[in-house]
Order: sequence, then C-alpha cells, then structure tokens
Amino acid sequence: MLESLGGQIFNGLVSGAFYAMLSLGLAIIFGLLRIVNFAHGTMYMLGAFVAYVGAQSLGLNFWVALIASPIVVAIVGIILERLLLCRLYKLDVLYNLLLTFGITLFIEDAMRLKFGMQGSPYVIPGKLEGVVNLGFMIYPTYRVFVIVASLIVCIATWLLIEKTSLGATLRAATENPGLVRAFGINVPALITGVFGFGCALAAFAGVLAAPVNNVAPLMGDDIIIPTFAVVVIGGMGSILGSIVTGFVVGVVVALGAFFYPPISGTLIYILMAFVLLVKPTGLFGSVEGSR
Amino acid sequence: MRAGGDQVSSGKFDYLGLALLVLGLALPWLLYPVLATNIVVWALFAVGFNLLLGYTGLLSFGHAMFFGGASYITGIVMLHTHLPMPAALLTGVAFSIGLAYLVGVLSIRTQGIYFAMITLAIAQVIYFAVTVFIGWTGGENGLQAVPRGTFFGLPLENDRVMYYAWLVIAVIAVAFVKRVIHSPFGQVLKAIRENEQRARSLGYNVDHYKLMAFILSAAVSGLAGGMLVVHQHFTVMDNVDWQTSGEVVMMTLLGGMGTVYGPIIGAAFYLLLSDRLAVLVNAPGVVIGLIFILTVLLFRRGIVGEIMGRLDARRARGGQEA
Repeated sequence: MLESLGGQIFNGLVSGAFYAMLSLGLAIIFGLLRIVNFAHGTMYMLGAFVAYVGAQSLGLNFWVALIASPIVVAIVGIILERLLLCRLYKLDVLYNLLLTFGITLFIEDAMRLKFGMQGSPYVIPGKLEGVVNLGFMIYPTYRVFVIVASLIVCIATWLLIEKTSLGATLRAATENPGLVRAFGINVPALITGVFGFGCALAAFAGVLAAPVNNVAPLMGDDIIIPTFAVVVIGGMGSILGSIVTGFVVGVVVALGAFFYPPISGTLIYILMAFVLLVKPTGLFGSVEGSR
Repeated sequence: MRAGGDQVSSGKFDYLGLALLVLGLALPWLLYPVLATNIVVWALFAVGFNLLLGYTGLLSFGHAMFFGGASYITGIVMLHTHLPMPAALLTGVAFSIGLAYLVGVLSIRTQGIYFAMITLAIAQVIYFAVTVFIGWTGGENGLQAVPRGTFFGLPLENDRVMYYAWLVIAVIAVAFVKRVIHSPFGQVLKAIRENEQRARSLGYNVDHYKLMAFILSAAVSGLAGGMLVVHQHFTVMDNVDWQTSGEVVMMTLLGGMGTVYGPIIGAAFYLLLSDRLAVLVNAPGVVIGLIFILTVLLFRRGIVGEIMGRLDARRARGGQEA
C-alpha cells in the first residue's frame, strides 16, 4: 500500500514535471507578449518528433536531441513569431489566440499526413534503462531523470529571469515596454527571443516525453488543455508560481486518481473550478494578470 | 473583440435577411438535403455563439459543451423515452441553460484570455463525461440510431421535409436572436463590448448582463445541437471536442462577427468548403488551419463585415459629394 502510494506520488511528480515546463513557457510568453500560445502543445509535439526523426535518419542519440531539438523548435517559433504573430500585437489579444489555434490545426494535420496517427515508440537511452532503488521504494530510472531534469531546467529559467541583468531587462519590458525601449533596448527582438525560448522549453519537455509515451502528432492535444487548467490554477504572470503549481497539481491529481480512479481525468478541472471560486486570480496571480 | 461593421439597423428594410431566407428555401434543391440541413444547424450554432463573441465581446472556447452536450441529451431522451421530439429538443436546451449557469457563475468575472481558457477547460470535463458514461453515450462509437420522431404530427423521414422543419425552427431562433440584439438588453451588451468600465460606471450590473448573454448563447447552441442529432440520427464525441469549439469561432469570424447574418454565411461557406475538400484532399486540418490563419491575419471583419464596411465607405463618399 505504502509502496504503491509512493509510486503514485512519483507518477504525479513526472506529470507535474511536464505541466511545470509547459506552463512556465506559457507564463514567460504571456508575461511579455500578452498572448496565450495555443500552439504550445504543438511545439512540445514537434520537440518529440525532432528527437525521433533525428534518431531515425541521422542516428542522433537522446542527449544530443535534448539540446538540438529545443534549438530547432525555437527557430520554428521565431519564424512563426516574425512571420505571423508580430502582425497582430496592436489588436485584441484574442486574435493571437485564434492565430495560434489555426497554426495548431495546420501543423498537427501536416504531421499526421507525414507520420500517421498511431505514432512511434522512442527507446529509453541506455544509461537510463532499468530501475533505481530510492531506499524506500524502487522506481524506473528514466522517470527519476525526468523529474530531476525538469527541476533543473525550471530552476535555471527562474534564476535567469530573477537574478541576471537580462532577466531584469525582461521584467522591466514586461512592466513597461515603452520605457525600456526609450533606454535603447530592442524590445521587438526581446519579444522574438522570449517566444523562441518558450517554444524551446516546450520542445525540451517534448524530448523528455518521447520515451514515456509514443511520439504521435496529437500528443500535444493531450497535454495543452490540462496545462491551461494549471495556468488558471496558478494564476497568470508568476514564473515561480507556474513551476510550483505544475508539480503540486501533478501530485494532487495522481493522489486523487489513486484513491478514486474514475476521477483521474477530471480532477484537474475540478481543482480549477474550486480555485476560481475561492481565488479567481489563481493561487499566485495578480489582479492585473487576469485582465 | 471589436466587431466589424454593424448590421442593418432595425429601421431599414432587411434585404440581406430576405435574400438569405430565399436562399434557405431553395437550398435543399441546390445541395443534397443532408448537407443543407447541416448548414442550417451549424449556422444556428454560430448565430448563438456570435451573440456572445460578437455582441458581448466574450470569446468562449468551450461552446462545444453546449452544442455537443445537448446533442447527447436530446439523443438520449429520444432513444430512452417516449417524449415527443420537440420535448427532447427542449430537454437539450434546458441542459445547456443549466450548464451555462454553472459555468457562467465560475467564469463570467474573468476576462479575455482567462475566459477562453476556463471555458475550454470546463468543456473538457463534458468531453470526459461522455467517455466515462459509455452505457449512455456509446463512447467511441457515438450515440447511434436516434429516431427522428415527428414534428407536430409531420413525419420527418423524408430528408427535405426534415430540412424545412429545421429551417422553420432556425428562422424563428435567428429572429429571436436578432430581436435580442436590437433590444435595450442588446444595447447594453454592446456597451459592455465597447467599454466595460464605462458600462459599469453607468450603473449596469455588467456581470449579470454577461451571464444572461452567456446563457442565451448556450441555449441557442444547445437547440442547434439537439437539431443536429435528430436530423442525422447520431452524434459523436467530435461534437463535444475542443476542435468543434474552434470551428464555431472560425465560422463566426469568417462570416463576420458582430453582424447578425455573418455567422450564417460563415457556417455555410465553411461546410461547403469542408464538403468539397473531403473529396479532394486528405488533409482537412491543413487547409482549414490555413484559412483560419489567413482570416485572422487579413480578413478579420469577415465576409459580411467586409461588404458592410465597403458599402458604408461608399455611402460616406457619396454623402460628401452630394
């Protein structure tokens, strides 16, 4: 009982790791661009596919993919931002939500045409195969790696934004883009960079997810809507908040599923409804973020 | 969202409405009747949706829960009870109203993107409910073999008869929505769309008005969902999926949001296009995604909004010359 409960908590941390990375990317993009990137799940899916195709055709191993795939997807994101998104900044933010929705339909269907619906397995890298003894229980090594890698990336991102001068510029541009521009900083370039970085985070999560699930064109659909719920629960605009909420929601949902399995699919949305009733701006959100 | 050119005002004669009505009467002789009926049903869904997006400025990304949800409820009532078909339709509408009240209470105070994400997430709960209660919904197979019943004594097995029955209901429902839009209530909604703070400072209970608009919009969408399942004998999980929620946004945008008839034209255009594409290419998402992208980038006022805008511009020029 206790062992399987521990296992379930760790399963929750694994899904929380994905929620954290994705909602972190959404939060950073939202902070500066004020748009919700519906195509974030698509970037996650593309990240997994770059790893898969790289392994199939170029023989890239997992560790190279973990670096290369985010770079490739960041470039895709930057092209989309420069080509399409940047044309709509002066308009209501909802237009950009619709634009990214259209991009999602387009890319997902194009990938389905190329690779089929079913998806393909991606093997766990050799060094991370098997199980590891954590002292109180035994757990698959790769899943422990997912949790650790996600924590490292999330904390590094948080430090980058909170503790470096680049991060300070970023936060300033979030507060008042006009003033930052007056200081001679190229804000449009900053926006492009941030969008690319957010996409790279999604792609990193996608590579990590490749050995856990099948690499399939619709894998982004399965995660983007729960991630939106995580964002609503945590509240828009807080970097640390999105990381903490991601992991906490992952664990709470896993525990809920452990004690009452039928609820597993909906618990995240029940949680969201509850938070909305108690604190409509989300756990870490500011009033301004919800506007 | 700011709407395109505003529609024909209530004082002038409604040429566009008349033209659409004539076209509506001829439609099942121009297309195969099942497609024509689909156009009527989806057009009504889009008109209901537009009441919220175009006239209140709220983007719901979960309207499939009302359309698809009501299609299941209506279908289940038709299959398991002996209630007459119109009563089954009304059960679906009642379900949509109740659901909209619950969702609205949770979400109506939030704005913009938040509202879109919350409605999207709650709609997913309805989707899960359909997958969980397989005994009632048929799960992956969908709800099959739903009878059409009779429409006030009129048998509906003939597809053209079915079409005209639904055309009658849709015309009444659209006239109702139009009446709402031009009523003082509708004027308040537009005021909220244009400047929520000002409407609030004028003493209007903004949240109450938005909630009422949300519920009305859901009721019309639910009616359309019920009409869908009755005419096509089945409903499937796709109808409660988030892609359906996206499709109705697209129809509304394509036709011209914030115009009374835009969503009808948008729905017709979208369904005719999908119908042709299904034969021609194997990649509906690619083409539809592309149209979505182009519409948002280049054609935001939509078909009707664009035409109205041009006419207004010409009239303004003519006025100057005279």
